Amino acid sequence: MLGKLSWDALPFHEPIDMIVSGLMILGVIAILAWLTVKGHWPYLWREWLTSVDHKRIGVMYCVLALVMLLRGFADALMMRSQQALAAGGAQGYLPPEHYDQIFSAHGTIMIFFMAMPFMIGLMNFALPLQLGVRDVAFPTLNSVSLWLTASGVLLTNVSLVVGEFARTGWLAYPPLSELKYSPGVGVDYYLWSLQISGVGTLLSGINLVTTILKMRAPGMSYMRMPVFCWTALASNLLIVAAFPILTATFAMLLLDRYLGFHFFTTDGGGNPMMYINLIWAWGHPEVYILILPAFGVFSEVISTFSGKPLFGYRSMVAATLAICVLSFVVWLHHFFTMGAGADVNGFFGVMTMIIAVPTGVKVYNWLFTMYGGRLRFTAPVYWSLGFMVTFVLGGMTGVLLAVPPADFVLHNSLFLIAHFHNVIIGGLLFGAMAGYTYWFPKAFGFTLHEGWGKASFWCWFVGFYLAFMPLYWLGLMGMTRRMQHYDNMAWQPFLLVAAAGALVILCGILCTIIQLVVSIRDRAGHRDRTGDPWDGRTLEWSIPSPPPSWNFALMPQVEGEDAYWYMKRRAREEPAGPGRTPDYEPIEMPLNSSTGFVTAFFAVVTGFALIWHIWWMVGLGLVGAFVTMLVFAWRDHDEMEIPVEEITRMDRAHRAETTR
Amino acid sequence: MTAATLSHGGHGVPTGSSTDGPAPKRIVVAYGFWIFLLSDIIMFSAIFATYAVLANATNGGPTGRELFDYTNVAIETGCLLASSFTCGLMSLAVHEESRLGTYLGAAATFVLGAIFLALELHEFAGMIAMGATPQRSAFLSAFFTLVGCHGAHVAIGLLWLVVMMAQVWAKGFRQTILRRIACFSLFWHALDIIWVALFTIVYLMGGR
Repeated sequence: MLGKLSWDALPFHEPIDMIVSGLMILGVIAILAWLTVKGHWPYLWREWLTSVDHKRIGVMYCVLALVMLLRGFADALMMRSQQALAAGGAQGYLPPEHYDQIFSAHGTIMIFFMAMPFMIGLMNFALPLQLGVRDVAFPTLNSVSLWLTASGVLLTNVSLVVGEFARTGWLAYPPLSELKYSPGVGVDYYLWSLQISGVGTLLSGINLVTTILKMRAPGMSYMRMPVFCWTALASNLLIVAAFPILTATFAMLLLDRYLGFHFFTTDGGGNPMMYINLIWAWGHPEVYILILPAFGVFSEVISTFSGKPLFGYRSMVAATLAICVLSFVVWLHHFFTMGAGADVNGFFGVMTMIIAVPTGVKVYNWLFTMYGGRLRFTAPVYWSLGFMVTFVLGGMTGVLLAVPPADFVLHNSLFLIAHFHNVIIGGLLFGAMAGYTYWFPKAFGFTLHEGWGKASFWCWFVGFYLAFMPLYWLGLMGMTRRMQHYDNMAWQPFLLVAAAGALVILCGILCTIIQLVVSIRDRAGHRDRTGDPWDGRTLEWSIPSPPPSWNFALMPQVEGEDAYWYMKRRAREEPAGPGRTPDYEPIEMPLNSSTGFVTAFFAVVTGFALIWHIWWMVGLGLVGAFVTMLVFAWRDHDEMEIPVEEITRMDRAHRAETTR
Repeated sequence: MTAATLSHGGHGVPTGSSTDGPAPKRIVVAYGFWIFLLSDIIMFSAIFATYAVLANATNGGPTGRELFDYTNVAIETGCLLASSFTCGLMSLAVHEESRLGTYLGAAATFVLGAIFLALELHEFAGMIAMGATPQRSAFLSAFFTLVGCHGAHVAIGLLWLVVMMAQVWAKGFRQTILRRIACFSLFWHALDIIWVALFTIVYLMGGR
């Protein structure tokens, strides 16, 4: 009846698990109770959970990412403290099977459920505003994407309480991840969570590519798009091209595990190296899916706060697209040690070094944008400057690892761990934080507290160097990754420093939380009345903060790069004639839809049932999802009309504020 | 765009295309669906690559040459290609808003698709009865997955077709329904393209 599910799945015998899952359940219950007592459910359901507004969906993606940052960071703290303690005879406080789950969960959560939702959230929020349109191409599909991602998040977190998570690392290499060596449900939780959220990501990629290529304001030709739109285009093209590979690869591993197929097994003619190739054919483009939007954020931030157009716009676009293409021909550098031979390794080593060139072009463009500008040192600029220093360092260790003979020595050592955290924290996370601070006033109508933002930056910046520079050294000293304990006492001092660094980063995260609380408390003082708090250059700053659901009362006419900057300059040069009232027209906007939320509910049911082999429930979930789709397809009214009066009222109020 | 406004462009050169604002819904939907099909084809290409690597990993079991029945495969191919033709006829009928023509075209497409699926399942059943199961060897795992994945797409297509006909029957030729039928026919033709690759790589090259 319940498949493999029994009372044994609950962690009664593991005190740490019991406490953590108990606290998590209490937290969830407390939030749900608070929402119920306060009567927030109708509002939440109407305005957020069923919203198909790209801005709301973007905000929810970012909230999801920030919550998962806490979860993933908790895992990081546990790993750092375990390694600081477990030297020589000491075993630390985490047994191996638990430690293995923690590093697997840390990687999985940080990449799939922190970094991805953060970037997709920023793109969802900002793209239509920058392109000057009223929504993405497929608004309801957007909501489905969000909730499918949330389903994956939920399943991964359920594994903390019911059953276990994978112990196979964040990419679940076979043969270890095959049924023979991982008979538990951990790998199944991993696979189904990522399959479900992966579908969400793919749909999101299709949606955003279509939006950028087919939905732009009049006059917004390709070479007038803000650079963030270009990097988002490249990133989403990579999603469309790479995520299907992940889906196929995981499907094959699932067939191995569920039906005894022989794709990646060591017997029956299977080929485990096939998996490694396929997963990195997705995995390396994935790296650029994550970093490219961050590059876009830095471009916007640097240009805005320098008060200058971006230096070398065309070279920036070319570099972005070069990275987009090259990212598909470097995947083998993740496993030079496979033994593909000197010529193959040589080719991929050279390609990897070549991909550093367009990245270098970008760094110079940012530097030259600042040169001769009047840089305002706001928190987003702090993150951007911290990024440039840190990312260049990470890039150089990457080029070092691209040399196959060097890689043979450093493969799977802590040097590698230090390298990719160097680019992910120094690149993506700094970019996410810069974007969060930069667009927050647009989303909520007030700016974030500067002081706490800068404090958060300094903690992250210093904490990062403390936590990861020792890991470069440890890698060179021969320490490999994923060690639950070690005998070499010479490593311990470095790991103690690294643990201290993790604590400094913790302070950075606390600063971000305090910043949010303080900013909400004092929001009256930080109100953004004009909708243009930073003296922005792109179209999102031409509308009120927060924007109305229809974004633009009138379709903007784009007449050059940095469209809004140009409009502002022209307005100063030729003041508007008297009595010129624009002709407003009613706007058709898509109706809210519970399709996304309900589909995700059935996706969770199906995923959970598949993990625990509860076959009747699998059928129930699939039929439920199908019926949800039918109901959606059958509805007669999918749009509502915003009356002219409302649009006129909002737009007049905004015009009055901006001209004051 | 007039020449006067263009001259304000960043570099004073004609830039990009589609400067007239957002494309109409019909274009956007079809374009988005094309991108989806592209991603689907990439998923297939990953399975094709795996099949190519594992094609000779028969683990001492039966090879393709011993298993494939070319008469069966030829009829399958004929059915699927013919169903694409009838799907085209259906599209023409939809374009003229002829209900009878639409139903006839859809029925023919459905029947041909169902025959294809039945023949494929018959082939699978025969192989399994001979002990050539997907668990037997890596080659057979890849074979069943690749061909089965295409078959699953055909089955989903048939379900989709039934839903679309129910919608035409209940709601007539509305804009939303016209767009969905256009997507369906794109999907159905894309399955043909995949089958051509599959027929070549699995059956023709595998039978040598």
